[in-house]
Amino acid sequence: MFRWERSIPLRGSAAALCNNLSVLQLPARNLTHFGVVHGPSAQLLSAAPEGVPLAQRQLHAKEGAGVSPPLITQVHWCVLPFRVLLVLASHRGIQMYESDGSTMVYWHALDSGDATPVQAVFARGIAASGHFICVGTWSGRVLVFDIPAKGPNIVLSEELAGHQTPITDIATEPAQGQDCVADMVTADDSGLLCVWQSGPEFTLLTRIPGFGVPCPSVQLWQGIIAAGYGNGQVHLYEATTGNLHVQINAHARAISALDLAPELLSAAEDTFVHIWKLSRSPESSYIEVEHCHGECVSDTQVCGARFCDSSGSSFAVTGYDLAEIRRFSSV
Amino acid sequence: MSMRTLPLLFLNLGGEMLYILDQRLRAQHIPGDKARKVLNDIISTMFNRKFMEELFKPQELYSKKALRTIYERLAHASIMKLNQASMDKLYDLMTMAFKYQVLLCPRPKDVLLVTFNHLDTIKGFIRDSPTILQQVDETFRQLIEIYGGLSAGEFQLIRQTLLIFFQDLHIRVSMFLKDKVQNNNGRFVLPVSGPVPWGTELPGLIRMFNNKGEEVKRIEFKHGGNYVRAPKEGSFELYGDRVLKLGTNMYSLNRPVETHMSGSSKNLASWTQESIAPNPLAKEELNFLARLMGGMEIKKPSGPEPGFRLNLFTSDEEEEQAALTRPEELSHEVINIQATQDQQRSEELARIMGEFEITEQPRLNTSKGDDLLAMMDEL
Repeated sequence: MFRWERSIPLRGSAAALCNNLSVLQLPARNLTHFGVVHGPSAQLLSAAPEGVPLAQRQLHAKEGAGVSPPLITQVHWCVLPFRVLLVLASHRGIQMYESDGSTMVYWHALDSGDATPVQAVFARGIAASGHFICVGTWSGRVLVFDIPAKGPNIVLSEELAGHQTPITDIATEPAQGQDCVADMVTADDSGLLCVWQSGPEFTLLTRIPGFGVPCPSVQLWQGIIAAGYGNGQVHLYEATTGNLHVQINAHARAISALDLAPELLSAAEDTFVHIWKLSRSPESSYIEVEHCHGECVSDTQVCGARFCDSSGSSFAVTGYDLAEIRRFSSV
Repeated sequence: MSMRTLPLLFLNLGGEMLYILDQRLRAQHIPGDKARKVLNDIISTMFNRKFMEELFKPQELYSKKALRTIYERLAHASIMKLNQASMDKLYDLMTMAFKYQVLLCPRPKDVLLVTFNHLDTIKGFIRDSPTILQQVDETFRQLIEIYGGLSAGEFQLIRQTLLIFFQDLHIRVSMFLKDKVQNNNGRFVLPVSGPVPWGTELPGLIRMFNNKGEEVKRIEFKHGGNYVRAPKEGSFELYGDRVLKLGTNMYSLNRPVETHMSGSSKNLASWTQESIAPNPLAKEELNFLARLMGGMEIKKPSGPEPGFRLNLFTSDEEEEQAALTRPEELSHEVINIQATQDQQRSEELARIMGEFEITEQPRLNTSKGDDLLAMMDEL
């Protein structure tokens, strides 16, 4: 059972994007950082455990040519071995900051060279993999940035091909050992998933085809890929084989966000947030799922959802037009 | 974000505008032939070929301010006039109605069905005018051609772009409040019952498979809603049953259309860049307006047909009162063009505007009364 905790007010409402909430837990400092995209700006704020907001900062996408200020598509904290960087993806390019958003350490302008006039150009999908940060783009290419232990000497080391439609989300986890080398999954607007092995050069291991709807959100944990789709379904795949093991008719509208560890959190435009318990069958070791809890965020198209602690006992959500972060914790 | 959003935004807002004008023309007992002329003139201007050509070019969405200027020009394409307060109210109603329709679309692609609903009704308004009907059908075909083949992902981007355009708009509309589709805080009710979108399964089922893809286990769970299967898919052809009711004329029952200005979101003014900055983007938007309005052929009012003023409120006093009490952050001020240094562009715009023969606009005693035409006269 979960109960509704005190909400954290936002200066601006959340935009109707997917994966529109990033959370950075800092247990040593008893703080949690939240990042939400409003539109042309993103808001970062830090809060104490009871949800009391302590500090906030607003970041903007770098200006450029165009009719209106460029829109941000995603904001996400990347936890690397020696540092944490905050990454902002927009319609102009990719901005990387120190984790508190105080200093910009790197700017990469998107190359719109081969875009037709009708294609929107943007970056979307952000994840850290070892000492790399991977960011997806409108063309389907995934940019891999090599991040030094400190300083601004960030280098674009690789561009991964594998997708033909805009990237929606990227998920990573530390490699699980000899039998499972898959440590990154990329998803796109056609619903295609690509499974990769990271390294000085990334290797494409498997492709999991889509079925006519976008896959806006993907997670990877202990060799399990959780993918949320535009038709409200959540699929669980074995990362090594790419086999589908669980299909959940989870929501009545498009999924907008997923989080995983150790429970699975799914949020959608149908106003619902669900929590699922994952396990492996003792006989077959196939992935199994049971539903734990459902929460209705009344009249709100949920656009972001994250667990706020590593045990999954609390989570936060953002919604379109909602100027606050709603928090829930288990009783 | 998506470069294909403007035609859908324009046509749906235009459709809502026509529904409201039609209702007010009847409520104000404007004679049938005059009312028909007004609607015919506006529709014919809206669907003008050159105008549609500009509209359908891939481009970013412009601001609410820039778009309002187009609708103000459209509303005055005939013998009818609107005061600023009525124009403000008209635009509020149009935007809130389409925001509601976009939010409640079951699938992102259904916004196309909403557009078709608007076009179907518009064709009903002009069924006795074959030339205008042809113009509308031409646009219909263009929509089918361009949007019929777009992927679900592209429609999702269009939907997100539209929702960003409508973000933070929470004007309360009496009719929505009465029908309980809008809450008192201005937010729309998102029902958790009814048919699921076409192509979506009913939530509540978990299926588990083995390595060969065979189902080995199946569990049900309580998902919290009360959904039923979608009956059938709406038609995306020129003619057909759209199934979806969003975008059909909700004003046909002759209901009064009031808006409440109080209780609207306090976030409005401070965060949207377009209202705090002295509009440094005016030049780009001017170019857009010049191109779009250059394609608009406004017929000069000819003959003995005298103009008349339409009131969106139930009395003149109410209209004046609304103008005086409109909250600052909601004032739909027209773009300030004093900053422009592009002499040639300004002259071209002046020439285009000069072609629009508009008889004297009654000026209300408000500082918000300046409109684009007046400013052009001063250049």
